[in-house]
Amino acid sequence: MYDTLIIGAGMSGLSAGCRLAHYGQKVCILEKHSLVGGLNSFYRLNGRNHDVGLHAVTNFVPRGGKRGPMNRMLRQLRLTWDELGLIPQLGSRIDFPGIALRFTNDFAYFESEVRRHFPREVDGLRKLTEALVDYNDMGSYPVDVSARRVVGEYLRDPLLVEMIFCPLMYYGSARPGDMDFNQFSIMFRSIFLEGFARPWAGVRPLLKVLLKHYQDAGGELRLKTGVRRIRTGPDGVANGVELEDGTTLEAKNVVSSAGQRETLKLCGMENPADTNPGELGFVETISVLDRQPRQLGHDATIVFFNNSPTFDYRRPEHPCDLRSGVICSPNNFNYERPLDEGMVRITTLANYDYWSTLSPSDYQLAKLRWYDEITATAARYIPDFRSSVIDSDMFTPKTVFRFTGHENGAIYGAPRKNYAGTTPYKNLYICGTDQGMVGIIGAIISGITIANRYLLRAG
Amino acid sequence: MTRQEIRQAVADILSDIAPDEDISDLKDDVSFREQMELDSMDFLDIVMELRRRYNVSVPEADYPALASMNSTVDYLEPLMANL
Repeated sequence: MYDTLIIGAGMSGLSAGCRLAHYGQKVCILEKHSLVGGLNSFYRLNGRNHDVGLHAVTNFVPRGGKRGPMNRMLRQLRLTWDELGLIPQLGSRIDFPGIALRFTNDFAYFESEVRRHFPREVDGLRKLTEALVDYNDMGSYPVDVSARRVVGEYLRDPLLVEMIFCPLMYYGSARPGDMDFNQFSIMFRSIFLEGFARPWAGVRPLLKVLLKHYQDAGGELRLKTGVRRIRTGPDGVANGVELEDGTTLEAKNVVSSAGQRETLKLCGMENPADTNPGELGFVETISVLDRQPRQLGHDATIVFFNNSPTFDYRRPEHPCDLRSGVICSPNNFNYERPLDEGMVRITTLANYDYWSTLSPSDYQLAKLRWYDEITATAARYIPDFRSSVIDSDMFTPKTVFRFTGHENGAIYGAPRKNYAGTTPYKNLYICGTDQGMVGIIGAIISGITIANRYLLRAG
Repeated sequence: MTRQEIRQAVADILSDIAPDEDISDLKDDVSFREQMELDSMDFLDIVMELRRRYNVSVPEADYPALASMNSTVDYLEPLMANL
């Protein structure tokens, strides 16, 4: 009998496990893949290490700070600032027709950019930042307030509004067209008020730190261990799980990072009430270069591009939507020594149904075709790197589904978040993307919050 | 435990929770919240560490007693004197 079983060894499952094991619980994390990380996992291809999801860690604050999710995470997991090895970004930009807003991890710089391009909006921007929902108030603020409506009260220029929404949606919105104001506040804080950083070696060292803390505290991890169903009793209690190999495990509590809807389906609900699957899928191309991007004149960390004055964030009709996207160069952080190779990663919106129904050979052809289209599009926004490419890969909504189990390959999960993390079963809880925090630090905070709030209070 | 030992036990917990913080600079009469910007999650953590390490239970109503080092040691002294 376990105190707690955790479904999924992503960032949220691992961090929940760290807290519970530290306080002496008998805890086991069940991970269906052979590696930890979930959406933020990693893989090896042609002798190179690649990250699955990571562009940049958001929520970054410099050494010596005490506030915000990153510091909360450090204290809760007993980590030092140095252990994360986070290196800040060089600088990013939001690139719309005829206008680019640059930003760094210093909000005053972004304000000066807004003053330069939208002089009449500076006041509104300041008032908007004051009106953001505080991290601690998520869950008490209503969940369905339109961020577009709130932002519209402070900012008049529709172009600036679109430019601000663009990075926030791309890095965290599970909803098309609009965000709920909680989600907007989380993303605005994590990107503009805090900032971007990345460990030199990508996501691996972060996972290694979490895993070490978890296992040192006595936590058990079972890889290649898929959960077939969550066993529930007639009294509205989860008793444990049944694994894909038929084994049953008993537990006093179950925490699932599989997603709100996906978790209720594991409990046997066919179409759980009040849950809709996410519908926003993405593709990502990875290009390995024979030189550093800076040698090609490209020094931006992340470029959010959009080719028209309005930003259309929704599931595209076409396989990929080339009108907008995100170009990330993992090289363009302020490292002491450069990465071994240049790299450019490009994300665009994509249509899950298209990618998931292709035959294996058509899938490979479609990847080649769209890789070419996407890199050609990116070359309009950053120096053309295509003749320097020595290796490439691409993943699609189908790949995301395989890694995360999220329906429709929806990276950011369900459009309606469950900030409380509770379910109809009194000892079954949700952590991870569908609990509302996004990004690596957000996911870690989610695991910590659920562990603290429900599993460490009693006794 | 003596007052001095209890103080050390609390300081050890604080430096585990905030390893980047220099606990030797801590002023015993100023609140942890003010000096270290600890939040409610951190206070809960101090309580849980006290239970984990010394089997001392601090009921929620008594959390305000953990405001500063002095008030914490005052509060813990009778509970930990026989440890």
